[in-house]
Amino acid sequence: MKPRFIAIMQKEFIHIWRDPRSLTIIILLPLVMIFLYGYAITFDIKEIKIGILDQDRSPTSREMVRQLTKSGYFVVTADLHDRSEIEPAFLGRKIVAAVIIPDNFSRDLNTSFRIPVQLLVDGSNSNLATVTINYIKTFFLTYSLQINARLLNAPIDMQPRVWYNPDLKSANFIAPGLVAVIMMLICALLTSATIARERETGTMEQILVSPIRSAEIIVGKTFPYIFLAIIDAIAIVVFAWVVFKVPFRGHPLLFLFFAVVYVYTCLSLGIFISARVKTQQVALMAAQLVTTLPSLLLSGFIFPIVSMPKVLQLISYIVPAKYFLVIIRSVMLKGVGMAALWQPTLFLLVFGTLLLFISVKRFKTNLEG
Amino acid sequence: MTYDINIVDVSKRFGSTVALDGLTLNVRQGEMFGLIGPDGAGKTTLLRILCGLYLADAGHHLLAGVDGRKKMRTVRSFIGYMPQRFSLYPDLSVAENMRFFADLFQVPHKEREIRLQRLLEFSRLGPFIDRRAHALSGGMKQKLALSCTLIHTPKILLLDEPSTGVDPVSRREFWSILAELRGQGVTILVTTPYMDEAARCDRIAFIHKGKILVTDEPTAIPSLFKKNLLELHCRQHVMAARFLEQSRAFESVKIFGDRLHVSSHKPNAQTTRLIKSTLAAANIDVISIKPVQARIEDVFVELLQ
Amino acid sequence: MNNPVQIPYSVQVEELTRCFGSFVAVDHITFNVADGEIFGFLGANGAGKTTTIKMLCGLLLPTSGKGFVEGFNIYTQSDQIKQNIGYMSQKFSLYEDLLVRENLEFYGGIYGLDNHTLRQTIETSVMATGLREHLEKLTRDIPVGWKQRLALTCAILHKPKILFLDEPTGGVDPISRHQFWSLIYELAEKGTTVFVTTHYMEEAEYCNRLSIMHNGRIMDIGAPQTLKEKYKQSTIEDVFIQLVKK
Repeated sequence: MKPRFIAIMQKEFIHIWRDPRSLTIIILLPLVMIFLYGYAITFDIKEIKIGILDQDRSPTSREMVRQLTKSGYFVVTADLHDRSEIEPAFLGRKIVAAVIIPDNFSRDLNTSFRIPVQLLVDGSNSNLATVTINYIKTFFLTYSLQINARLLNAPIDMQPRVWYNPDLKSANFIAPGLVAVIMMLICALLTSATIARERETGTMEQILVSPIRSAEIIVGKTFPYIFLAIIDAIAIVVFAWVVFKVPFRGHPLLFLFFAVVYVYTCLSLGIFISARVKTQQVALMAAQLVTTLPSLLLSGFIFPIVSMPKVLQLISYIVPAKYFLVIIRSVMLKGVGMAALWQPTLFLLVFGTLLLFISVKRFKTNLEG
Repeated sequence: MTYDINIVDVSKRFGSTVALDGLTLNVRQGEMFGLIGPDGAGKTTLLRILCGLYLADAGHHLLAGVDGRKKMRTVRSFIGYMPQRFSLYPDLSVAENMRFFADLFQVPHKEREIRLQRLLEFSRLGPFIDRRAHALSGGMKQKLALSCTLIHTPKILLLDEPSTGVDPVSRREFWSILAELRGQGVTILVTTPYMDEAARCDRIAFIHKGKILVTDEPTAIPSLFKKNLLELHCRQHVMAARFLEQSRAFESVKIFGDRLHVSSHKPNAQTTRLIKSTLAAANIDVISIKPVQARIEDVFVELLQ
Repeated sequence: MNNPVQIPYSVQVEELTRCFGSFVAVDHITFNVADGEIFGFLGANGAGKTTTIKMLCGLLLPTSGKGFVEGFNIYTQSDQIKQNIGYMSQKFSLYEDLLVRENLEFYGGIYGLDNHTLRQTIETSVMATGLREHLEKLTRDIPVGWKQRLALTCAILHKPKILFLDEPTGGVDPISRHQFWSLIYELAEKGTTVFVTTHYMEEAEYCNRLSIMHNGRIMDIGAPQTLKEKYKQSTIEDVFIQLVKK
């Protein structure tokens, strides 16, 4: 005689197994997502098209432009000769920014304190504009320092170094975030849908008339998805490591431990949604609203939480992905251990248990309400 | 007399709709009890209350002496419920469905396989043991649903319109299985829209607007019909029925298969004359007219009007 | 060009066959249904009835054989067929969250009735079926018997020449069934051909002619009385069982 939740679990595995299309999606989805995020939605900049209006036309100014493009961040796609050529270049999307070097640039360089170099930027893509301004600003700062250093010894020599992600590679930043989002997607979305499906097809009615307890249904139905979610988590990490060379500095077992904790919280959230939802359609939409969107937008995965309005910052405190992001970035990129991460871990455990408790209470073994 | 199902003053409303209105009903142990009534009378609601899927607003019910509200899980361990809608897993095979329900009811493993074999033989589903449920015909699905309901050998069976959408051959087979179960002492409460199925029950009850109107043995039901009833056999019987109805000379004119049942308070001889003259005017040949005893359906229709 | 071939039959089928892989669902069946006839299409579950109806409605192509509905070829003229048939199934295909009136308007709209015609047609048909008092109710709130009548009304809004009814009375109580059939008779009297499948053998007696199908083949066709006399049985149910159990 096997426990009832095992019976439900076995059946659930059969459902998954006999539906190869869904299974394929579950396995392929994370890989497609990481591929898209990793390549297409990169936050790195490369080869930004700029135009140069060099009114000085001296060896110094040409040397400066050469230095600007040497970095690989910029390519000169328009050699401008007059201010009137700037706007058509912007409108024709030939350039994103234009640098105007004034007359007498080389002459004033050694005498004047202020040389007005003008930068014009296409603001219609604000992200790109901000990044471009920052890069070019930094370039001129460095360039000025070089010039000044020849004149006097600069008191401060600021040399920035980035730790853990020295090249500031987007993939390093995105892969851990994807693990958080996809695990949430699989756990919450699929579990809420699978419970709603039984309600929709009427099989729930048949199960409920047996002496089963609500906890047995919940445990049995969700367990198989833990496996799927963990498999996906591993797939993303391995894929990121192999394809994008994202480092993995932490201990794999530690990673597995945290993944299980997170899955637990995600599943609880999925069950919480499905406890009263009657159709798959509503379950899917509710799961999108409550799990996927916050995980993408409010977890700090893409947008930094500190720059959000206060209300959203407050909401972000109950987004499990936020905590898991802290954990997984630390484990993957920094290689830190348990001791540094007990706080977010505790939150995930408490939050998950609370939701699970409420769900089991709310899940009724009848068709009322 | 021991009762296996006692329902006392049970009421249930959904919003402003009263589904059950102080319904009282007793079903004897080992009895096959038929529940008939129009759509929306409260049949499904009653069965769902008995298996704890709905909670009654008022009243109480006992199943094999156990309070259905207080000890729902105990009750569920010895009842079998078959919903109107086919509710098994289409992607699971016949055997997988049966084993799943056996495990839900905690049937010991060895016992499970013995019962599986017995039920497969019983329902003649043996050759289809590995077929997925979605590929079964309507009749086979019903038998599989019944087999899954029987796997924990329930004392009480609650069946909600088990033969809807099933062809006559499968229907007969299904009812012979039910008769066998009854022979084994299982108490059966079954709802049905078929009057010929009602006639196979030990007792039947008419339910209407959430109340029981009449409870009796099927053979006793026709005596409730208080009018004179004639069976008319004629050509073009459907046309004839319309002419007779339009003449407004009779209490009721109903089509039963290829015959018409005409009821009236008047003496039979007078009614016969009236029928003949009406149909003669319409040029319809009468083959025979004879007084008959009312059928369950006559009473059913009469009770509801 | 698209004029139908002039024939006295609503449905003409010759050696019609449909296979699914190696499984022969419909096996060389031949029959005709006359204009204005109520034709009962009986058979056990899985005998091939639904497959046949789907082919006749232009939803499924036959593997071989000939078939004409209202003179239109079921291979090539499914669009014309769809304009001329009404279809109602056991599932009723109604939108439960729409009002009764909205369901009617929707189905009328599908068949391209203009607003004026639609309003008139709805008016006359709800008078005939008694749906009038339920017009402004949500479809999910009306009893099954009324849903069935609504489904029928939706299926005949465009005044089809032939009406296909696939187990229209499953799960409906005897009184509603009687009322439903009296509507069917009225339609037939006005010249609509009715092609109906049912598991209620008592209803089979209401048909002008019956065919009994088994394992993809038609076992026999005839008027109910003729069949009963031929097989020396007192009811159609007994005839059915004798033919199918052979």
